[in-house]
Amino acid sequence: MAPIWKSRFKDNDVTPEDMYLNRRQLIAGAAGLGLGSIAGPALAAPEGLEPNPYEDITNYNNYYEFGTSKTDPAKYAGALTTEPWTVKIDGMVDNPGDYQLEDIIANAQIEERIYRFRCVEAWSMVIPWNGFTLASLLERAGVQSGAKHVAFETVMRPEEMPGLRYPVLDWPYREGLRLDEAMHPLTLMATGIYGKDLLGQNGAPLRLVVPWKYGFKSIKSIVRITLQTDEPFISWKDANVQEYGFYSNVNPEVSHPRWSQATERVIGSGLFGSRRETDMFNGYAEEVASLYDGLDLKKNF
Amino acid sequence: MTDTAATPGLRDRAIQAVNQTARKIPAWPLYILGAVPPVWLFIAGLTGGLGVDPVKAMEHQMGEWALWLLIASLCITPLRRFAGVNLLKFRRAIGLLAFFYIMGHLLIWLVLDVQIPSQIWADILKRPYITIGMGAFVLLIPLALTSNNWSIRKLGPRWRQLHKLVYVSVVLGALHFILLVKGFQIEPLIYMAAILGLLALRLPVFRRR
Repeated sequence: MAPIWKSRFKDNDVTPEDMYLNRRQLIAGAAGLGLGSIAGPALAAPEGLEPNPYEDITNYNNYYEFGTSKTDPAKYAGALTTEPWTVKIDGMVDNPGDYQLEDIIANAQIEERIYRFRCVEAWSMVIPWNGFTLASLLERAGVQSGAKHVAFETVMRPEEMPGLRYPVLDWPYREGLRLDEAMHPLTLMATGIYGKDLLGQNGAPLRLVVPWKYGFKSIKSIVRITLQTDEPFISWKDANVQEYGFYSNVNPEVSHPRWSQATERVIGSGLFGSRRETDMFNGYAEEVASLYDGLDLKKNF
Repeated sequence: MTDTAATPGLRDRAIQAVNQTARKIPAWPLYILGAVPPVWLFIAGLTGGLGVDPVKAMEHQMGEWALWLLIASLCITPLRRFAGVNLLKFRRAIGLLAFFYIMGHLLIWLVLDVQIPSQIWADILKRPYITIGMGAFVLLIPLALTSNNWSIRKLGPRWRQLHKLVYVSVVLGALHFILLVKGFQIEPLIYMAAILGLLALRLPVFRRR
């Protein structure tokens, strides 16, 4: 049995959709007075995680298979066929094979998790995910002893993904975790946002969410999960080894060579929103810091 | 009067028409027209028209427009030399607008994006793409300050020498763009290629004709 992680953020921390709509209307009203983006952050709850509106989450995405602009995924990801969807689980597992998504979901315990999502580009938003722990899926596949890492792969369909025409990265997109990171109760396989099925731009129909790591680790539209001994291939690390490491834990003290990671832009806070200070492990230090005891986080960025 | 050819070709007539029209249009409205896009951008940012991350959208857009303007200013000389189209009178306005746009780009970055003075300095010193972008801007300051008739008279031939700094600045500007994108992206490379092409046209090899 996977240990069930008790969320610090209770169900009632999620803004119910009707209330969320009211909030939007309030902001829309303020916008009429020319106060929209100024009033935005003032309405945010002073503590806890206030999820970004659904429109923010579904219209501001990095998904280079659909294009490199933040709005390309919302524009083009509708073309992605997500039914049927098969995830190949292979490598060092007792039950390798092609798992149908319906079958995976039917056997999963879907919960809601409100996580802050911190991009390596120094912005963040708060997303109410629906999903199940990766640990529960891996347990079903039966991880064999000797397996040390989990490798993931994104679907590659040139006919549905216009961004694949450009060699921005060595496609298909690939990511990976250490096995203990993968088994951590915070590590989620997301299937929805705000109780709705994931949209293509958010990584439909099944994506990883590792909240203490930079967003690019949370690989989208997964078609393959491989248990292995060696450290997996990481697309961004392959593209630029000086800038992207295997771990990519959120760490305000380790700058990305091209930008500081000390603070982050809060998406949805408008033109005059202030930056927030980035938290160690994106605020999940209590839960995950022990995974990295004795590891030099500056070297292993 | 000047029409000596018996039947000037269509191309010649078109060029002549452009030149005649250009002669009639004053350059000053360009400054007013040039103010429209940034004001529109700011209003759009305020009212949600630039999406959920208006600061980045404004920053990027101003930078890209500035690059367009710099490239446009580089087109004036080749257009005259190789096509006979004379738009020289608009060059100062285009160059100054480019400078103001870059200043806007910089201010958005300073005030709305980074916000924290200590981080601004750290960024300028430590991040190559920002150092390069700042360099491109600083090089344009003396050019903007001497973009007036008095300076041209005062500096004489040195004015032309000084204003060749724009070649360095625009290459740095394109390099700034190349360095800031993630992964291998084509758009900034196209800008760089266009700029290098326009600069190559100024080499003596092409000048002789």
